[in-house]
Amino acid sequence: MHRLKVAHPERCIGCLSCMFACSRINTGHVSLDRSAIKIKTQGGIEGDFVVVVCHACRDPPCVKACPTGALERRDDGNVVFHEDLCNGCGECVDVCLIGAISLDGDEKAVKCRHCGACVAFCPHDVLELEEVPALGGSDAQKSSVH
Amino acid sequence: MLRRVLYIDLGKKESWVEERDELFERWLGGTGVATQLLLEECPQGVDPLSPEAPIIFSIGPLNALFPVVTKTVTAFKSPLTGELGESYAGGRLAMAMRFAGHESIVIRGAADRPSYISITDDDVKIKDATSVWGINATTVGFILREVETGVGRRSIIRIGPAGEKLVKYAGVIVDTYRHFGRLGLGAVFGSKNLKALVISGTEDVEVPDPGRYRKVYNKLYRIAVQTDVMDKYHDIGTSININVLNQLKGLPTRNFQSTSFEGAANISGEVFADDYLFRKVSCAHCPIGCIHIAMLKTSFAPHHEFEIRKVSYDYELIYALGSNLGVSDPAGLLELIEACERYGMDVMSTGVVLGWATEAYERDLITPQETLGVPLQWNNIKGYQKAIDHIVGMPNEFYAALAQGVELASDRYGGKEFAMALAGNEVAGYHTGPASIVGQIVGVRHSHLDNAGYSIDQKAAKKQLKPEEMVDAIIKEDDSRGVFNSLVGCLFARGVYTNDNIIDALGAIGIEKTQEDLDDLGKRIFEEKYRFKRREGFDIAEIKVPKRFYETITTMGMVDPETVETMLEIYRERRGW
Repeated sequence: MHRLKVAHPERCIGCLSCMFACSRINTGHVSLDRSAIKIKTQGGIEGDFVVVVCHACRDPPCVKACPTGALERRDDGNVVFHEDLCNGCGECVDVCLIGAISLDGDEKAVKCRHCGACVAFCPHDVLELEEVPALGGSDAQKSSVH
Repeated sequence: MLRRVLYIDLGKKESWVEERDELFERWLGGTGVATQLLLEECPQGVDPLSPEAPIIFSIGPLNALFPVVTKTVTAFKSPLTGELGESYAGGRLAMAMRFAGHESIVIRGAADRPSYISITDDDVKIKDATSVWGINATTVGFILREVETGVGRRSIIRIGPAGEKLVKYAGVIVDTYRHFGRLGLGAVFGSKNLKALVISGTEDVEVPDPGRYRKVYNKLYRIAVQTDVMDKYHDIGTSININVLNQLKGLPTRNFQSTSFEGAANISGEVFADDYLFRKVSCAHCPIGCIHIAMLKTSFAPHHEFEIRKVSYDYELIYALGSNLGVSDPAGLLELIEACERYGMDVMSTGVVLGWATEAYERDLITPQETLGVPLQWNNIKGYQKAIDHIVGMPNEFYAALAQGVELASDRYGGKEFAMALAGNEVAGYHTGPASIVGQIVGVRHSHLDNAGYSIDQKAAKKQLKPEEMVDAIIKEDDSRGVFNSLVGCLFARGVYTNDNIIDALGAIGIEKTQEDLDDLGKRIFEEKYRFKRREGFDIAEIKVPKRFYETITTMGMVDPETVETMLEIYRERRGW
């Protein structure tokens, strides 16, 4: 399986191309709120950029917190999102301490699929899509937030 | 995609949104629409710093949707020139306006006390800014960042003390390191008691055909990132031109007394890139990242005690406060740039004003009594720092005159022949030849970016262009930039957005245009801007070219007044004036 990795966060120029790619390719909308990858600033543009992506936890708290089964962990470790089941309660948002899950304008969870759409539109090679063993090896424990 | 106009009346404390479909259909967006709104909103002959003078902001149909279409245009009546005021800024403003659902914003009236405007989608609040009045432009950005919402998608634009004190070339700082620099929008903000505007929103933009949109997007992204059309901006940046123009005898030095600077190698783009550059950042939705930020590290005490300042730089800044003032110390130059950033004043105008003042001081047109003992001397950084403080503080009549711009100051103290403004606007850093001079005279806002005459000179130097050919090139740029500025694209991306690619991008979001449509639009926009200019008293025949332009060698050799006159005549003829 694939996992999105923030390989070089210090190379980020804050262009937001990844966020626009995520929403454009996965939802067909032009939107920051529908992007599963988030670029934040720490102390404004003169500070450091922060790249927030889904950690792909081995035992994902978002799945445990979801009361409707909208977030489901498959046997291979992938978490899939069933939009029709999402009731917009925001429990998943609260338990993801790194802030990788949010709600969009329709009150539906925005969850990274580790598809790599953002990787293709990062001009500075901040992002990588890496191959990780199914069911999560030790690599999956490494932090991907910087 | 919402295409609406948000009206805000500061005096009445009201706001409302209007659907103006016909306006956007006819004038596309950006500067096309902003010019119409200015014609509607600005009463003829109004004092630019009175409550009746409006401020307009506009974005265009491609902003936030395609890469490198990152600019917002503002239109106002310029307190510096008394006619068309227009300026462009990047940062995150265009994106924030898109997601707030407003392609244009009109600000009317004046607040009765220091205020700022906070916009979240359709919700507009006029808030008290008394506690931040007087605070420099950099710090007020930090403060508003803490108290306002919309983190990550908002834009914060604000003035510094120069705008509050109505310095006629005060600018507006956009987010961080970007500016509505030219022609005095900062003073217009100040005259309205308007310290800042914060905007964000959550509009979910849908495109009619996502497949077609993605296809065109991919093509444009690839050209921007994977070809060499934007290399110059991505690598050393615009400051690469310091060495280039110095060699071409086009780099204005010591108030245009020379066009090559013996200290150029010390303040070149290469030096800044190698020794000071520590980061490059982007405007929202631009993969290039051309905003070059220098780290200025200065020791303030023994025992390795340092101050660190992060200062953005570009070619025009290095010209204006560097070669034009004989400044050859890069660290000192960064300090001068930073002073202007904090005060919120246009660096080009400041540099030209100080260049004139230095020469006037040398020629005894100005006495130490007038400068309050400040030594206005080439390369005297401490003196220039003090002078910048005084331009904003206006402790006497002399500095108050400097705050009005170089034309007014030279009216009062003499030295008009070396007061380097054209049509009231202090000139940019190119003494390349006649096309640069003519281009800035005829240009709609008397900016080097109206038609890039400096670039036409450089072509002419290689290809021996005739005056007619140079004039035709100026007209072509005048008109085509009117279209590009209606989108509102970054001019650095002109190589990405060829005519065909503009038509493709518009088509991908449901706006079908032909080349003829766009050519016609460019001409009409130019005429409409001139309609405003003439209405406010602009007459091209009254423009006086300071003698200095003809006394200093250019890239094209010496320019004689007859060449400029001939080109202006051809220009008038071609335009049918």
